[in-house]
Amino acid sequence: MSTPATALAQIGKSVFIKGELSGSEDLYVDGQVEGSIALKGNSLTVGPNGQVKASVDAKGVVVQGKLEGNIQASDRVDLRKSAIVTGDITAQRISIEEGAFLKGKVDIHRTDQK
Amino acid sequence: MSSVSQTFMKLFRGSSGPDTIPAQGSQKLTRRSSGLGELTRTWESAENLCILDLGSTSPTNIRHFTEHGHRIYSEDLLTASTDPELLTKDDQGVAVLDSRKFLADNLVYPAAHFDFILCWNLPDYLDESLVKPVVGRLWSVLKPGGMLLAFFHTRDAGPDSPCHRFHIVGADTLEMQKIVLRREARRGPTGAVHTAISDGFQLQRVFNNRHIENLFRDFASIKFFLARDNVREVLVVR
Repeated sequence: MSTPATALAQIGKSVFIKGELSGSEDLYVDGQVEGSIALKGNSLTVGPNGQVKASVDAKGVVVQGKLEGNIQASDRVDLRKSAIVTGDITAQRISIEEGAFLKGKVDIHRTDQK
Repeated sequence: MSSVSQTFMKLFRGSSGPDTIPAQGSQKLTRRSSGLGELTRTWESAENLCILDLGSTSPTNIRHFTEHGHRIYSEDLLTASTDPELLTKDDQGVAVLDSRKFLADNLVYPAAHFDFILCWNLPDYLDESLVKPVVGRLWSVLKPGGMLLAFFHTRDAGPDSPCHRFHIVGADTLEMQKIVLRREARRGPTGAVHTAISDGFQLQRVFNNRHIENLFRDFASIKFFLARDNVREVLVVR
């Protein structure tokens, strides 16, 4: 009926992808991606070796590596201490660890809809 | 007062340390800030403000403003000014930083975009060739009536005054964190990757009141607050 909650697609560190990436499962990127990433309702994790040059639209985004592009998250964004992010972030919640680098805007959208 | 080339030589000195993102010290001090207190009174009663923080990325500041429903932009100009590609020579062959290139890559915002700009101690540590062009750009991206807060060391502070990052921890209270070490992998002029290491940024000059007034002469008003720790806080209004 449904995919396991642990379903996770991975892009390894030797992989380079250019273009539009979309999907309906969580994605872990430890390689290079250039273009756009759309994971409505799912999460993107940029691993410590990940280098993403893309606009990102996802439910949640965790960055440990490098991300250049705007992030639109319907839920939350986590920038870990090794994160280097250049771009604007729109999310409902954000968490930034000490040591993370951000060049861009942070806009928190609180949705009070029921 | 180090020259541009000295600063870059220092950045390219070899190191056996790990290639990491700027690591910053944990030594933290707090200080009262009259300038911040005045800004707080203004932004507490407002909504949906647009604020530009020019210091190192501060999770504390981002949380402070987003919790109040404001939009915050973070841009670490001091780190950006260490980009080796900015190094050029002027008409007399003196090493300077290319302010046009710097402003093409940084502070790229629509005119009159921000309600507040937090400059912190940026002008004291920024290279001479960038100070006036940066202040000019800040004037243009600040809304008419918008406010800018900057800190300047007095001569009594001494040439070795450490560069701090500033975190807003209260209505008029800042936590200061000394920048003690920066290490990062960089590609040098020969194409080889170096590990840059620095004890932080060096005070470039001491502005007196007249210099500060000249620097902000295009702004509508300027207010000085002399603090006990040999720092002049300056609040300017466009």
